Amino acid sequence: MSRYLLRRLAWLVPTCLGVVSLIFLLRPLIPGDPVDFILGESAQAADREALRRAFHLDEPLARQYLLFLEGLARGDLGVSIHSRRPVARLILERYPATLKLTLASILIALVLALPLGVLSAVRRESALDHTAMAGALLGAAMPNFWLGPLLILLFAVQLGWLPVSGAGSPAHLVLPALTLGTSLAAILTRMVRSSLLEVIGQEYMTTARAKGLSEGVVICKHGLRNALIPVITLLGLQFGALLAGSIITETIFAWPGLGRLTVTAIQARDFPLLQGCLLTISLSYVLINLLTDLAYAAADPRIRLNRGGR
Amino acid sequence: MSRLNLKLRLGLAVLAALMASNLLAPALSPFPPLEQRLEEGLNPPSLSHPLGQDKFGRDVLSRLLHGARVSLLIGLSTALVSLLIGALLGAAAAYLGGWADELLTRVIDVLLAFPGILLALALMAILGPSLNNVILALCAVGWVGYARLARGQVLSLREREFVLAARAAGAGLGRVVVVHLLPNLLAPLLVEATFGVGSAIVAEAGLSFLGFGVQPPTPSWGAMLNQGRQFLLVAPHLTTFPGLAILVVVLGFNFLGDGLRDRLDPRLTRSRVN
Repeated sequence: MSRYLLRRLAWLVPTCLGVVSLIFLLRPLIPGDPVDFILGESAQAADREALRRAFHLDEPLARQYLLFLEGLARGDLGVSIHSRRPVARLILERYPATLKLTLASILIALVLALPLGVLSAVRRESALDHTAMAGALLGAAMPNFWLGPLLILLFAVQLGWLPVSGAGSPAHLVLPALTLGTSLAAILTRMVRSSLLEVIGQEYMTTARAKGLSEGVVICKHGLRNALIPVITLLGLQFGALLAGSIITETIFAWPGLGRLTVTAIQARDFPLLQGCLLTISLSYVLINLLTDLAYAAADPRIRLNRGGR
Repeated sequence: MSRLNLKLRLGLAVLAALMASNLLAPALSPFPPLEQRLEEGLNPPSLSHPLGQDKFGRDVLSRLLHGARVSLLIGLSTALVSLLIGALLGAAAAYLGGWADELLTRVIDVLLAFPGILLALALMAILGPSLNNVILALCAVGWVGYARLARGQVLSLREREFVLAARAAGAGLGRVVVVHLLPNLLAPLLVEATFGVGSAIVAEAGLSFLGFGVQPPTPSWGAMLNQGRQFLLVAPHLTTFPGLAILVVVLGFNFLGDGLRDRLDPRLTRSRVN
């Protein structure tokens, strides 16, 4: 396991460097003078000069890149052009809210998907199975920028059970987490069902039944445990989709997280802030994928023995 | 088999409806999509305006029909361009092997570290919002999936006996690729591209919803949803119908992809559990 861990950690370095390089290369893509793009053509000379200095725009591109890396190594993501505050601080303030939303949406997805997936598999081809699968089909196809407003209309406006938007109380978290978690719940339900159907006919399941164990114990203890391995992987892979989805969900519900900060950065053309947000989201994704791989390898010894450096 | 055909039929029906509204939008639309009637703003559905009117009094049905053109254009062109770039790069890298394959794998890994819509959003921020830039940004993100698929397929195909036999018989690189590899690659790529059209339509709607996609007054389903959101309480029809249109089209392309996969690869049909 330790060899696999080392190989996997070593692989992290070039991936992170690639991500950082790609984010750096977005700046030279700006058509025309980046100062005009960020500050507008009518900006004062002193501000223009300060921005040039901050971004080292007079230096050759290779030197700009090295200075960018040097800054990152010190944890310096620059200063927001709009608020004049350090980008790292702004991100640290917003990151917990996004993490809270993402984790809540995963929890909702699991609470919905596990029982539905298991029941669908156990009662295959029943009315419940067909209803759950039709629901999963709809849930997976429903864009969150439509689901969010519909949930607001139903639960906040018509029924008045939950707040329309904002943050502060656990009630504020319910609708955004449901919006973000629905498509994950749909994908997970299908995954739990098909994984369980694959193991349900295995010999060890028959043995467990032959030992006289109840069907509930057989399914939960022997079936689900093995069926959950691909589900863990899917959860890790879907984490990136959740982070991306949080951009839209946070905008709909005015949730004060990283997604909304990213949209604000784009609207205000706050380039250092945008780079910082991109970096945080993508590196979080890389890290979660690493943790998923390690969890997967810990759960299934064949992976760490069979797979190469990846 | 009939269930599989049903999926394909449903998908084809949605595609046909989308194509028809694309071609016949001017004839089918009861009103010009940009015609404003400010005094009738936010009117609910009625006989003359079956899906209601937006805040400028524009007919929602006419805008939805014209919006279908934008969605289909973006969906198809993004899927096609991404497919061509991805398949070519993936297949070439896998066939050539060595540093070319190594380089492509690294690039794919880095690009996959970005949630797709995030990179598209960043590119839109830099390039500026327009229809062409939406296609460009979505292709810049979209080709990666096709490249990974094509690479995997070619890696397995190039060791298969019929390819080895062709090479042993003296077939050149071009003949091996065109006659032996491409026909075998087409089916999985076509299935992926079908799902890709649906994803591109949702991505465009998402970008437009955030205000970074197709710009007003061009009708786009995502932008219509975003405008409708401001009047959620007084005019829910502005949110309901564009969302429903997106849902139906995405479901249609998902059915089409599923149906095609089942049809083109019978092994999957036999082995699939669900």
